[in-house]
Amino acid sequence: MGFEVLFKGNNFIRLLGGLGLSLKISLLSVIISIVLGILVGLLMTAKNSYVKLLLRTYLEIVRIMPQMVLLFLVYFGVARAMGVHLSAEVSAVIVFSFWGTAEMADLVRGALTGIPAIQYESSRALGLTMVQTYRYVILPQIVRRMIPLSINLITRMIKTTSLVMMIGIVEVLKVGQQIIEANRKASPNAAFGVFATVLLLYFLACWPISCLARYLEKKWEN
Amino acid sequence: MSEIVSVKNLCKRYDELTVLDNISFSVQKGEVVVIVGPSGCGKSTLLRCLNGLEEIQDGRIFLDGEKIETNRNKTNGLCERMGMVFQSYDLFPHKTILQNLTLAPIIVKKRKRKEVEEEALALLERVGLSSKKDSYPRQLSGGQKQRVAIVRALIMHPEVLLLDEITAALDPEMVREVLDVVLNLAREGRTMLIVTHEMQFARAVADRMLFLEGGKIVEEGEPEEFFEHPKTERLRQFLQTFTYIKE
Ligand SMILES: Nc1ncnc2c1ncn2[C@@H]1O[C@H](COP(=O)(O)OP(=O)(O)O)[C@@H](O)[C@H]1O
Ligand SMILES: [Mg+2]
Repeated sequence: MGFEVLFKGNNFIRLLGGLGLSLKISLLSVIISIVLGILVGLLMTAKNSYVKLLLRTYLEIVRIMPQMVLLFLVYFGVARAMGVHLSAEVSAVIVFSFWGTAEMADLVRGALTGIPAIQYESSRALGLTMVQTYRYVILPQIVRRMIPLSINLITRMIKTTSLVMMIGIVEVLKVGQQIIEANRKASPNAAFGVFATVLLLYFLACWPISCLARYLEKKWEN
Repeated sequence: MSEIVSVKNLCKRYDELTVLDNISFSVQKGEVVVIVGPSGCGKSTLLRCLNGLEEIQDGRIFLDGEKIETNRNKTNGLCERMGMVFQSYDLFPHKTILQNLTLAPIIVKKRKRKEVEEEALALLERVGLSSKKDSYPRQLSGGQKQRVAIVRALIMHPEVLLLDEITAALDPEMVREVLDVVLNLAREGRTMLIVTHEMQFARAVADRMLFLEGGKIVEEGEPEEFFEHPKTERLRQFLQTFTYIKE
C-alpha cells in the first residue's frame, strides 16, 4: 500500500516537520490577522464613506484574487519590482495575513453591526458609561460571535498553506512528494500511503480546532 | 404630594421634523401617568428624552428639583434614577437572568455582589421567576423577559419608572402577566410614566391620562373623564379606533 516508505529513515519525522512549518506559518498569520482584523473591522464601521469604500475594495480584491496569485505576486513580483528580497516564509506570512485580515475584519464588522442599538441604549438607561457598556455588554457579545468564526478561519488557513510549496517552502505536502520521488523505484505505490498519511495529518491538526469551534458555538448561541 | 418630574417647554427635533413641540407637564410622587396617542406622535421620544437617551433642542427637565443634563456626553447621574423598560426585548443575551439583574448595581452603584444577588432573588420571586435565575434570556418567553426587564430596572431603585409599550411585542396571552406586575407596582405607590395601547389597562392603572398628538399634549385628565367624556374631537376620534362597532 506504500505505507512502508514512511518508516524508512527519518521520513515520518520529515513529514511532521513539514506539518510543523505549515502550522507555524498559519499561526503567525492568524495572530497578525486577528490584531489587524479587529482594527480594520472597527474602521469598517466608521461613518466616513471614503474609508468604507477603500476597505470594501480591499475585501473584494482579497476575495477575488486566488491566494496563489498573491503568493507569486509578493514572492516573485515584489522582489523584482522593488528590489527587496523577501524569504519565501515571510512572503507566505504576508500573503496569508493580507487575506486573513480582510476576512477577520469582515467578521468583526458583521459582529459589531449585528448588535442591536437597544443593547447600547438599555445599558445607558441602567447608568453604565460608554466604556462600561463596551467592556461588559458589547465586547463579550462580539467575542462570543467571533471566536467560533475565527477558529474556522484558522483551519481554512492551515489547509491553504499547502500552496506555499509553490514558492519553494518545504511544507508537509512537499515533503510527501519528495519522499514519493525518492522511492519511485523501490515502492511504486508510495503515493497512496504518503498522501493518505498527509491527509490524516491535516485532519489531526484541524479536527480538534473544528471541534472546539463547534463546542463554543453551541455553548454561546443566543 | 410633591412634584418629582417636571418637564418645561420641551422641544425635540430631528433635523426639520419637530417631534415634541413645547411640551410641559409634571408628575407627582407616587403618581401613575399614562400617555396615549397615535403611532409616531412622539411618545417613545418623550420617554427617551426624560431618560437622557436623546438630546433636546429646547426646554428643561427636572428630577426632584435637579435639572437633568440631556447632552449625551455629560450625564450627571440623574438619568439612572429613572428606570426604563423598552418595547423590544433588551436583556443582555450573554448573561443569565441573575447576571442581567446584578450587573448594573454592582458596576454602577458599586454594591456588594452578595447583597445585590439576595435582592435580585427576592424581586424575581415576586414576579414568579425565581426558578429562571440561571437561565439565559433566549430560554424565556416574551412575557417572562419583560418581567425580568422590569425587575432589572427596579433593582436600580429608580425614583421613576418609564415603561414604553412594554407589551406591544408580546403574544396576546402573555400581556396579562406583565400588566399584572405593573399594576402591583402602581398599588405600591411607584411613580410611573407609562406609554401603552392597552386602553383597559390604562384606565385601570392611571391616576392621570395624557393624550399626545402632533408633538403636543392635546388633552389630559383623570381616566374616568378622559375615557367617558373626552373634551376634544381628536381624542374622541382616537379612542374610537379602539372600539369595534358592527356597522
Ligand atoms: N432617530 C430618529 N431620526 C429621525 N426621526 C425619528 C427618529 N426617531 C424617531 N423619529 C420620528 O419621530 C416621530 C416620533 O417617533 P416615536 O417617538 O417613536 O413615536 P411613537 O413612540 O409615539 O410611536 C416619528 O415620526 C419618527 O419617525
Ligand atoms: Mg413608540
